[in-house]
Amino acid sequence: MLAALKNKTTRDQAAQFSFVGVLIVLIIAFAFTARSNLEAQGMTSGFGFLDRATGWGVSFSLIDFSTSDTYLKVIWVGILNSLFLGSISLVLATVIGVAIGIMRVSGNKMAELIGTTYVEIFRNLPLLLQAFLWYAILTNLPRPKDMAEASGPIFFSGRGIYMPGLNVTGFSVFLVALALVAAFAIWLWLRSARRFARMEIARKKTLSRAVWLTWLVVAVVLLWIGRIPDTSLVSQPYLRGLNFRDGIRVSPELMACIISISIYGGAYIGEIVRAGLNSVGKGQSEAGHALGLSGIQTFVYIRLPLAIRAVMPTLINQYVWLFKSTTIGIAVGFVDFFMVISTSINQSGQTLELIAILMGGFLIINYSMAWVLNRVNNAIKLKGNQLRT
Amino acid sequence: MTKTYTPPSLIDRLRADYFPTKLNGAVTLIFAALVAWALWNLINWGILHATFSAANKENCGHGADGACWAVIDARWRLILFGLYPFEEQWRSAIACIAIVITGGLSCVPWFWSGRRITTLWLTGFAIFFVLMRGGMFGLTPVFEQNWGGLSLTIFIFASTTLLGMPLAIVFALLRRSELPWIARTMGLIIDTIRSLPLLSIMFTFAIVLPFVLPGWMIGDKLYRVIVGYSLFFACYQAEIIRGGMQALPAGQEEAAKALGMGYWHRIGYIVLPQAFRNALPPTINQLVITFKETSLVVIIGFFEILASGNAAYGNAEWNFAHVEVYCFVGFLYFIFVFALSRYGAHLERRMAVAER
Repeated sequence: MLAALKNKTTRDQAAQFSFVGVLIVLIIAFAFTARSNLEAQGMTSGFGFLDRATGWGVSFSLIDFSTSDTYLKVIWVGILNSLFLGSISLVLATVIGVAIGIMRVSGNKMAELIGTTYVEIFRNLPLLLQAFLWYAILTNLPRPKDMAEASGPIFFSGRGIYMPGLNVTGFSVFLVALALVAAFAIWLWLRSARRFARMEIARKKTLSRAVWLTWLVVAVVLLWIGRIPDTSLVSQPYLRGLNFRDGIRVSPELMACIISISIYGGAYIGEIVRAGLNSVGKGQSEAGHALGLSGIQTFVYIRLPLAIRAVMPTLINQYVWLFKSTTIGIAVGFVDFFMVISTSINQSGQTLELIAILMGGFLIINYSMAWVLNRVNNAIKLKGNQLRT
Repeated sequence: MTKTYTPPSLIDRLRADYFPTKLNGAVTLIFAALVAWALWNLINWGILHATFSAANKENCGHGADGACWAVIDARWRLILFGLYPFEEQWRSAIACIAIVITGGLSCVPWFWSGRRITTLWLTGFAIFFVLMRGGMFGLTPVFEQNWGGLSLTIFIFASTTLLGMPLAIVFALLRRSELPWIARTMGLIIDTIRSLPLLSIMFTFAIVLPFVLPGWMIGDKLYRVIVGYSLFFACYQAEIIRGGMQALPAGQEEAAKALGMGYWHRIGYIVLPQAFRNALPPTINQLVITFKETSLVVIIGFFEILASGNAAYGNAEWNFAHVEVYCFVGFLYFIFVFALSRYGAHLERRMAVAER
C-alpha cells in the first residue's frame, strides 16, 4: 500500500479519480436531494409542462403569440426576442465603437477628447444603471394624448416611438433580412476567398454589383408578395383618441435596451478598435503614402483591414459578452429569453427544468456565435509567417 | 552660430494640436461647437437653473427647466444606506470608509505580498462586517435584510473578491494541471460558466439552489448569491491568472525544479508572484467589471445602491426626479470605478517602464 503511494503514476491516477469522482458524487447528491425536496412539496418533474398552455401573454413578440399557446412556444418567442435585441445592439455597438475608435486615433485633438470622454463616461457606469436611466427618460416623454399638435413622420411619446412602416407581413421582412445576410456573405466570400484571388478586378466588381442588385430585386419582390391586402404601401402613424394608430411602434422597453447596450458596448468596442488601429505598424501607413495612396485610402485599404485582423479574437469575446448582457431586458420589462424563463418559473413552478433550458439555450447560442466568428477569424487571419507589422 | 532650442509657445502647440491642416481645423471647429453646445446645456441644466436645497423644492417639477438636486438633499440617506436603521447609519458609513481605506492601502507596494494583502483584506472586511452586523462590542445587531445602499454594494463586491480570488487560483492551477482528466474537467466547468450570463448564475443560486441542497446548507439568500457571484468571478479571474502563468518563460519553473523545489514551493514562490504581476492590469479590469455588475443583484431583489436610487424617486413627491437620482448614483459608481481603472492604467504604464 505504502509502496503504491510512493509511485507517482499511482498517486496521479488516484488524484484524477478522486477529483472526477467527488464531482460526480456531488452531482448525484444534488439530484437525489432535488428529487426528495420536490416530492416533499408534491411537485412533478419532467418536461411535460412544455406542451401546456401558458395562460399569460407577452408584450412583445416577433411571431404570433396568444395566451393559449404552449410553454415551448413562449420560450421560442423569448429566444427570438433575445436574438433580435442582441443583433440590433451588437451592430449598433460596432458602428459606435468603430466611430469612437477612429476618432481616438484620428490625430485631431478635439475628436480624441470627445472619444476619450465618451469611453470614460459610458464604460465606467453599470449597464443596468444606463438601462434604468434610458427607460425612465423614454417613459417620461409626453403622453400621446398631450401630443395633439405634434407633427412629423416620427413621434416620440411616453408610450413608445411611432414611425412610418411598410404594410407587409413580418415574415417577408424576415426573409428580406435573411437575403441581406446571404448577399453579404456571398460578397465577403467573393472578396476574400482564395478561389477568386486571380480574377480580374473589373470582373470582380461587376460580380459583386450583380450580387447586390439581385438582393435588391429579391427584396422588392418579397415585399410586394408580402403586402397586406387592401392597405396603402406605407403606413403612417396618426393620433386617434388617446393613442397613435398604424405605423411601427418601438416600445420604450426595447428602445431602452437597444440604446443602453449599444452605447455601453460601443465604449468597449471603441477601446478594442483603438488598440487594433494602434497596433498596426507605422511603416504600413507610410508605405501606403509612399505608393501614392491618399490618407483615406491608406486608412481604408491598409490600416483598417490589418486592425480588424488584429482585434478579431478580442472582438469575438466582446460580442459573446455583450450578447450575455441582453439579459438586463428583465430589469426594464423587455420580454427576452431570461424574462420568459423567469416568468415561466413563477407561473409553472418547474424551476429546475426551466433553468436547464435557460443555461442550455445560452450555451448553444454563445458557442455557435463564437464558432461562426472564429471561422471568420480563421479565414481572415494572417497565415504562416506573413509580415504582421 | 549655434541655434538655441526654443520651446514652442503655447499658441504654436495649440495650433499644432488643433489646426495642423485646414481640414483638420474645420473638424476641430465643428467638434468644438458641439462640445460647447453640450457643455452649455449641461451647465444651464445642472447648475444655473438647478434647485439645490430641499427647502425650496416647489421650484422644481415637471415644468422646471433645471435639475432638481433637492431630491438628493432630501433622500441621500435612503440612497446611501437603504433600509439600515436611521440611528445606526453612522456604522454603515464608517464600514464603507474602512473598506475604502483598505482598498487604498492595497495600492501601496509594501502590501504586495500574498500574506500581507490577505491579512489587510481580512482585517478590513472583519471591521466592515462587525460594524454592519453588530451584535458585538455593544452594537445592536442589524440583520442582512436591512442592509442596503452603498454598503450592500461594497459588501457584495468585497466578499465576492475575497472568496473568488483564492478560488480563482485553485481553478487556474487545476486547469493547468498535468493530469489530463483534472485539467479537462476544470476547463469544461470554467468555459461553461463563462458562457452563461451572470444574471442566470445569480438567479440559479438564489432560486434553484434551495431545491438541490439539504436544509442545513441553504443559508441566507444574500450569501448564496455571493457564492454564485464568486464562482463566476473565479472562472474569469482563473483565466486571467492562467494567462499570467503562460506568459512566464518556461525556464523559471524549470530552474525552480532544478533547485529541488517541490510543487507548492514552485507555485507559491516562483510562479504565482510573477503570474500576478503579469496579470495585474487585466485583474484590475476584472475588478472594475465585478464592481459594476454588483448592480445586477437588483433584479434578484436586493436593496443595493441602484435599487435604493429607484426607491428615492419612486414616490409621488419626487417621481419627476429620475434623471437627477440616476446622475447621483452614477456619480457614486463613477468615483469608485474611475479611480480603480485609472489606477490600473497607472500600473500598466509603470510595468511598461519596468520592461523597457
